[in-house]
Amino acid sequence: MAPSREEELQHLLRRAGFGASEAEIDQYARRGLLGFSSAAAHLLTYQELPDDVDDAIGSVGYVGVTAAQGRLAPAVNINDARQRWLFRMVHSKRPLQEKMTLFWHNHFATAYSKIAGDVGATEAARMMAAKPSEDAGSVKGHLELLREHALGNFRDLLVAIAQDPAMLYWLDGRTNVRARPQENFARELMELFTMGVDTFTENDVYAGARVFTGWNLLRSGSGAAAKWVFNYNAAQHETAAKEFSFPIYPNGDRVIPARSGAAGLQDGLDLIEAVARHPATGPRLARKLYNYFINETDPPDQALIDEIAGIYYARDYEIEPMVRRLLLSSQFRDPANYYKRFSWPAEFVVRAIKEAGWSGFSVGTALTPMVNMGQQLLEPPDVNGWELGRGWFTTGAMLARMNFASQLATNQKFNLRDSFRGRAASPDALLETAMARLTPAPYTATSRSALIDYINAGGTYTASDTQVANKGAGVVHLIIGSGEYQLI
Amino acid sequence: MTRRDFVRGGVAAFTVGFAAPRFLSDLAIAQGQSRRNLVVLYLSGGNDALSTLIPYTDPQYFARRPTLAVPAANVLQVGSDSAGRPLGLHPRLAGMRSIFNAGRLAIVQRTGYPNSSRSHFEGTDIWSTADPVSTKGTGWLGRYLDRLPSPVDPLAGWSTVRELPRTLLSRTVGVPAIPDAASYAFLSPNGGADATFARQSALRIASHLPVDQPHLAFVNATSQAAFATLDRVGQVAAYRPTVTYPNNGLALALRAVAGAMVNQIGTRVFWVQTGGFDTHAGQGTNAANGTYANLMGALDGALSAFYADLVNQGLLGDTLVLQFSEFSRRIDENGSQGTDHGAAGIMLAMGGAVRGGIYGTAPDLRPTADNPTLENATRDVRFETDFRSVYATVIDRWLGGDANGILGGNFGGGPAIL
Repeated sequence: MAPSREEELQHLLRRAGFGASEAEIDQYARRGLLGFSSAAAHLLTYQELPDDVDDAIGSVGYVGVTAAQGRLAPAVNINDARQRWLFRMVHSKRPLQEKMTLFWHNHFATAYSKIAGDVGATEAARMMAAKPSEDAGSVKGHLELLREHALGNFRDLLVAIAQDPAMLYWLDGRTNVRARPQENFARELMELFTMGVDTFTENDVYAGARVFTGWNLLRSGSGAAAKWVFNYNAAQHETAAKEFSFPIYPNGDRVIPARSGAAGLQDGLDLIEAVARHPATGPRLARKLYNYFINETDPPDQALIDEIAGIYYARDYEIEPMVRRLLLSSQFRDPANYYKRFSWPAEFVVRAIKEAGWSGFSVGTALTPMVNMGQQLLEPPDVNGWELGRGWFTTGAMLARMNFASQLATNQKFNLRDSFRGRAASPDALLETAMARLTPAPYTATSRSALIDYINAGGTYTASDTQVANKGAGVVHLIIGSGEYQLI
Repeated sequence: MTRRDFVRGGVAAFTVGFAAPRFLSDLAIAQGQSRRNLVVLYLSGGNDALSTLIPYTDPQYFARRPTLAVPAANVLQVGSDSAGRPLGLHPRLAGMRSIFNAGRLAIVQRTGYPNSSRSHFEGTDIWSTADPVSTKGTGWLGRYLDRLPSPVDPLAGWSTVRELPRTLLSRTVGVPAIPDAASYAFLSPNGGADATFARQSALRIASHLPVDQPHLAFVNATSQAAFATLDRVGQVAAYRPTVTYPNNGLALALRAVAGAMVNQIGTRVFWVQTGGFDTHAGQGTNAANGTYANLMGALDGALSAFYADLVNQGLLGDTLVLQFSEFSRRIDENGSQGTDHGAAGIMLAMGGAVRGGIYGTAPDLRPTADNPTLENATRDVRFETDFRSVYATVIDRWLGGDANGILGGNFGGGPAIL
């Protein structure tokens, strides 16, 4: 059976965003965006919309936050930063931007703790999450950098990441000096950020380390404005030629020439250009994006991945055309690809909030459960990011998902009751009403009767207010905690 | 008071009237005559073996590590290796030295494999699968679980971290990840009887394992495994240890392991890990509050408490702890007072059946081209003992499994640590 327009839109918003509340679906309909293509185009052209979601933090009608002290201070406190990002995922009018930011956060996985160990909690939160508009030194934190480049140019993003203070702490570039080159960043640039494992040699790592000597940090400004900034330290740059096992220049030349310290910054820009151009990088990015947006459970559609990789090179490393092609592909719209991705904990939590309701709920409540689900935002386990797909699903993590569903449903019990009242005359009606709100993958008849039996258990169901409240919350808990709901 | 005195004295504080519910599932009885446990300890990030086991008389060690070398006066001497090279443990490993002196700690030097990977992720996969060529398959202990007579108890393995480590990845057995026994529970919006109804319903929904949708089947199977293990794990949360464990993640994980063993819940293979060993910068081997010094202090505190608890509970003879890391580190320190990724390192084995001592020979740190103990243009330590031979010893002599079948080849007996 072909999906309805609403089902198509929900699929689009689950994949290109974080799902949709009933009210949001209504808004799309009112704005004439129920049609798939217009909705997808709307999501892709988010730059035309104001980026003002943060202004709504603390307002009535929006999900709550739990500030560490007084007002939410993401540039000071990392848990506030995590909450701001969750708030954006719930309410942003630019869901694809947050979705891509999450993708890049996993790709350039950078963790707060190591930085905090070096510079302290406050400065590390600032380095990870400050917005220029809220910072005395106009610091643009790591997360804001990812948001800015979410659908931008991949080479430009690589340069920005290589010069990002958080990254210079995270992979130790700040201490990469001529006498003793530091290999950490160069290795991960090739292994994880671009080409992938087994495409380079150990000697490439040593050469790469030398390329980035002098890409250090400097404390600039004074007082509250004082901040760490990228600083190319010419005196610490290793000036000899660097040879690689793969072409650095379009003419096939594998040697970055000897350059004076003053001119040596170009070494790093040349290497970044080379790894962006490398024939393994486009296919690797294309595959990751395909898995993210279309399907990660079935054998991949290699022809489409090849096409996406081709776009990457043809369009000079622009990301937007790749994502656009994916979202507008027939594969994306194919119902066979629905529910073929394991939701990440952030996606699960945000979608559950959007669908179950949030009045009187705080995203702060989700922080500890998310740790137990295996995804603490701004704290990936290592530079390789999270173990995606089946990796999210251990017994402990699954219980954490079920228990978050219980917490949320308990919190929303009376909101749900008020919403379900009058549409819950029988167990079947209650289940249908709940299912109109939540979007799990289809249940079997057996699973459906397990839900009906639950509603009937413990006494005759008469649709009393107490029963609608208790069984309504109970059934929402069971649905959000079920396996079918973990897929998007 | 030495650590050893403390352990002895600590016993007095332990009351023998500890009433643990003696639970042993029928499955566990059917599957195992012994109660032998294996605890795999992973030091994540690449532990710098030369800072754990220190060649404190080697001038090259001091020459190549101007700031990171631990002075001879500070190391905890543990004798010499078979080549007569004096060795010492990091100064923060006092408890480990006591265990070494009791003959219950084996240190295997220069463990690794040919063409050592310098990638954290590939390296970890190689150590986990015991396959340097194809690292995408099941783990070596997963394959051990695969060979147990079915049905295999859902608690046969236990990961104390949130992830399922590849080492425990099996084809047929879903190993639960239980980072915190206390929060390993099933909540519901309504208490009392309704909570029971909710759990029954959730279990029925999770029983749907469609063959044509393996991804959904996998999630539902995970839920099923959670329900199957919930009640037994609840007993572990109530465990009252005989010693006070330090308040760090590794120590708390080991406390849960001890609780699982004391309660006899049937787990054979535990996974514990602790991170922070990727010490590229500011390694701090010598400073009182240095990064590496604190890593060693936390490791020592956790293992010492676990060891004392096992002794008190009469479980030391049933327990083997086996430690590994994905690689060791460069011999030369880098400009950031840290060390980059290297090759061969050390493995530790601790337990009542362990034949303690130093195995293998220390590397010769002279950067000469013909030095057979180094590799990578003398930057790194070359392996002497294939890590798979250590696994083989553990599988054969401890777990009673078929090492050649599980490891896909005969790697010899390995050092006689058991």
